[in-house]
Amino acid sequence: MVKIKYIEFNGTEHEADVANGLSVMEGAIQNDIPGIDADCGGGMSCATCHVYINDDEWFKKLPEKEMGEDDMLDQAYEPKSNSRLSCQLIVSDDLDGLTVHMPEKQV
Amino acid sequence: MIKTDVVIIGAGPTGLFCAHQLGIIGLRCEIVDNLDKIGGQCIELYPDKPIYDIPAVPKCTGEELTNNLIEQIKPFDFNFHLSDRVQELKNENNKWLVKTLNGKEFETPNIVIAGGVGSFEPRKFPTKSAEKYDGKSVLYSIKDKNIFKDKSVVIFGGGDSALDWAIELSNSSKVTLVHRRDEFRGAPASVQKIKELSDNKTIDLITKYSIKDVKGNGSLDSVEIKSESGESKVIKADYVLGFFGLIMQLGPITEWGLNLDKKTIPVNTENFETNKKGIFAIGDICTYPGKLKLILSGFHEGALAARGCFKYARPDEKYRFEFTTASSTIKDRLGVKE
Repeated sequence: MVKIKYIEFNGTEHEADVANGLSVMEGAIQNDIPGIDADCGGGMSCATCHVYINDDEWFKKLPEKEMGEDDMLDQAYEPKSNSRLSCQLIVSDDLDGLTVHMPEKQV
Repeated sequence: MIKTDVVIIGAGPTGLFCAHQLGIIGLRCEIVDNLDKIGGQCIELYPDKPIYDIPAVPKCTGEELTNNLIEQIKPFDFNFHLSDRVQELKNENNKWLVKTLNGKEFETPNIVIAGGVGSFEPRKFPTKSAEKYDGKSVLYSIKDKNIFKDKSVVIFGGGDSALDWAIELSNSSKVTLVHRRDEFRGAPASVQKIKELSDNKTIDLITKYSIKDVKGNGSLDSVEIKSESGESKVIKADYVLGFFGLIMQLGPITEWGLNLDKKTIPVNTENFETNKKGIFAIGDICTYPGKLKLILSGFHEGALAARGCFKYARPDEKYRFEFTTASSTIKDRLGVKE
């Protein structure tokens, strides 16, 4: 279990305990945290679980993007260089204390 | 006005198998889908990806699954209404009057919503100012390329649609291609071609920029783009094209008075009827305790919803359960000769 902080676009903060092995996206869905849609259910085929990692140190620490994630991010709402798909961020002890920011909307 | 027993919304695997079950029990249906092809998410999102959990099929791709389902319902010769979307529902004398975006009308006692996560629509620019020009000079698909002749066209995106149109239109228009990063996800040959066209100055290629604003006074005049570090540029534009892939939206389904739970429709698990009599929901779009978003669950839901439809389509007949292995009636419907 690690703590992940999800911050909505309007600034509302949610902290969740997420089990190792789940994705950051699943952590949000299971805890009913708004702002992440995950239409395709984690298949890296919809770009509706898009988050920003505003802390540069954290961004560098995350598992590297696999092939296809950036292609999918091209189709996200307002992607930036610190964008990630939260379905691709698998929770481990290394991610304890991670904060993700949600975009204004997903679609 | 087309009269039928059932209108199915959505031609994905769940909608297709429900059609099969309707055919088996002797009902007619019409199938409407927003996409220009049959298959839903299977064909739009993952035609080449193998699926491993279809019962008795160890491995098949989204495209193979779709083709097999089409084959399976062929004997019934049902009509498909593609590139169209059910827009309006009205209840009159226990019949549903259904209107589509393209103006088609159906009269039916039953509607089966097999809409997945909604209809696929192009993702639009996030900028408010672009809405004003939507469909006129801000476009997300191209119907007639001749309108761009000798015009300044700014294209956004990094996939095949953006690259292909940039290449095609560079013959007769002044093309600027803008993409948010240096890499492109289009076919390698197209990426190569774009680089050549950029090197010999046939097109302007601008990377690491995205749209900020569109400007004009009545008619579109220019588009402003921004980099992440805050620099901006203004480019003259008669047309702005955006190719950011498709998103899924529930669309008009939210306006039919159905109970909704987030983006899903609660149903009972006896016949998958919604809170509205004669409207059923199956597949990814329906929810109930224990719901699994699996294709196989959608098949089961479609089979039961089909029996639910029978009650309203043939109120004076009693539904009789039969096996396809044994029933001569079913074999007749399937056109099987023994």
